[in-house]
Amino acid sequence: MEHLLEIKDLNVQFNIFGSTVQAVRGVSLQLNQGETLAIVGESGSGKSVTSKAIMGLIPNPPGEIASGEILFQGKNLVHYSKKQMQKIRGKEISMIFQDPMTALNPTMRIGKQIIEGLIKHQSMPKSVARDRAVELLTLVGIPNPEKRVDEYPHQFSGGMRQRVVIAIALACHPNILIADEPTTALDVTIQAQILDLLKELQRKRHTSIILITHDLGVVANIADRVAVMYGGKIVETGTLDEIFYQPKHPYTWGLLSSMPKLHSKAKKLQAIPGSPPDLSDPPQGCPFAPRCPYAMKVCQEHMPDQAVLSDTQRTACWLLDDRAPKVEPPETIRAGGE
Amino acid sequence: MAEKKEKLLEVKHLKKYFHVSRNEVLKAVDDVSFDVYKGETLGLVGESGCGKSTTGRTIVRLYNPTEGQVLLGGKDIGGKLSRKVRKNLSRRMQMIFQDPQASLNPRMMVKDIIAEGLDIHHMTHSNQERMNRIDHLLETVGLNTEHATRYPHEFSGGQRQRIGIARALALDPDFIIADEPISALDVSIQAQVVNLLQELQERRGLTFLFIAHDLSMVRHISDRVGVMYLGNLVELASSDDVYDHPLHPYTQSLLSAIPIADPKVERKRERIILHGDIPSPIDPPSGCRFRTRCPFAKEICARVRPKWHEAKKGHWVACHIHDEEIQTENVG
Repeated sequence: MEHLLEIKDLNVQFNIFGSTVQAVRGVSLQLNQGETLAIVGESGSGKSVTSKAIMGLIPNPPGEIASGEILFQGKNLVHYSKKQMQKIRGKEISMIFQDPMTALNPTMRIGKQIIEGLIKHQSMPKSVARDRAVELLTLVGIPNPEKRVDEYPHQFSGGMRQRVVIAIALACHPNILIADEPTTALDVTIQAQILDLLKELQRKRHTSIILITHDLGVVANIADRVAVMYGGKIVETGTLDEIFYQPKHPYTWGLLSSMPKLHSKAKKLQAIPGSPPDLSDPPQGCPFAPRCPYAMKVCQEHMPDQAVLSDTQRTACWLLDDRAPKVEPPETIRAGGE
Repeated sequence: MAEKKEKLLEVKHLKKYFHVSRNEVLKAVDDVSFDVYKGETLGLVGESGCGKSTTGRTIVRLYNPTEGQVLLGGKDIGGKLSRKVRKNLSRRMQMIFQDPQASLNPRMMVKDIIAEGLDIHHMTHSNQERMNRIDHLLETVGLNTEHATRYPHEFSGGQRQRIGIARALALDPDFIIADEPISALDVSIQAQVVNLLQELQERRGLTFLFIAHDLSMVRHISDRVGVMYLGNLVELASSDDVYDHPLHPYTQSLLSAIPIADPKVERKRERIILHGDIPSPIDPPSGCRFRTRCPFAKEICARVRPKWHEAKKGHWVACHIHDEEIQTENVG
């Protein structure tokens, strides 16, 4: 089966102050039609850079895609020129940014910002485009859209602005929607509204969503598949249930057990000691080895290969090697599987 | 939790208004009352703009209260204070701020940041003593003594927050207000800082007012939890009561909105989705402030402001649904 989007061995680096930050190091991903893929990881793990690379939004200089392929419907986007990319961006692949406060142009009416893409991509006449803008605002649940289409961003609240950003992203019926921390800047009650909206839109339009987040609660709510990133690499990927109930990578264990459970009271949280690696001088072996309680000598020296655990689950960890000692996941994880 | 419930801090009818323009008054905190017992952690939760941070900042006197009383150990610290009292106050009460990047002076060395309070209060008598205190504090929060001569930019977010905690501990306070101390940090680092705070509480018998919007973290760390909405406290009870048997409709919807990191639970959950946004605190709704978004709002909610009362033992709530007097009045 052909994937809608396939990333093969992507490497992105930034050359700054005489050193090179290797933000993304050999990432491979697939996205199928109509599914939601969540990329989780801490800040600096390379999840946002990966998404920007797909959109062709890596600022060059200082950044560059050093190697790898991004295949969208079989065509490699890495070699696309600026002009070619503009035809893809907003039309085939669009993006919802993290901060709705800064993603909108404060001096432009909401309506105009929505129809900008329509006029450009579909050469729609202005009057028709305006009706489309009203339609889109209705779709994302903004009350009184005929009036609000002529208002400015500052007249909208945070949650409403995020809806506008989603409306802009959806304007040209994109195949892929990349949502970079779409709810992080919002309150929980508004977050629930936005997540419901995304799910409903996906049902209606069969859009594929790449969701970038660090909130595992949001992931559990909306994702079909999950990729866990650490230190510029994907350390584990699998279906939602595989990642939450049968995780095999110690970093995934750490992530899952460092979150407090709302309905059970543990005395102490399982913190992951230490801090993430410096990617201007990335560790030679597994990036998580310095913080991993199970690290062996081989972990410091060589990056493990992705072990295939099922049709969907892949984990890069030496513990899965036949020669490694058998390690049981922490109790908090096993308890969650029941 | 404290066996003997000794009140360390009493907040009575606290109000903080900001004049935003000639005719507009923003009522950030409007008539909030609660007690904090010695040795406990009181969590304060709510969405942005609900006044939880303003409450914290008013207690620690970064703002002057518009009205109301704040009593620390039985003494009023709300009104005009002499310099001496104020200085004394800051020795007993300290604050940990949200953004460890912005709350540390980038041009000061870590040792000077931590010792600033010690210097102001002339608490050390020799350089050696000062250095010892600093080293001890650094070790307490899990940093190395070599870190003393570095600058804040040389540290990661989690480490900076540790410096902020060391600074708050320097004067040996008994009450610490932590305003969103972990929300700027990554998940794996959050757990480190929360564990540190709990450890310090056990060892030093500290009392915390923990302000945050992350409800699951608040439950984890708090003995009791207060929920705020638009400048009012709507519910206050032990954290188990608030999370397992919430009374106020706002608390219920807030809890149902948190995504839980467990796919099976998520698939089965029924949400109470609130419609609309928080109204502006400049012109809040009459009566109960939550009524515009409340699924159970009745006519009385627009007319009468709900009374802050104890619905069950130790479970305070401000809602007409749970006010028996009103209930009987309606039936009769």
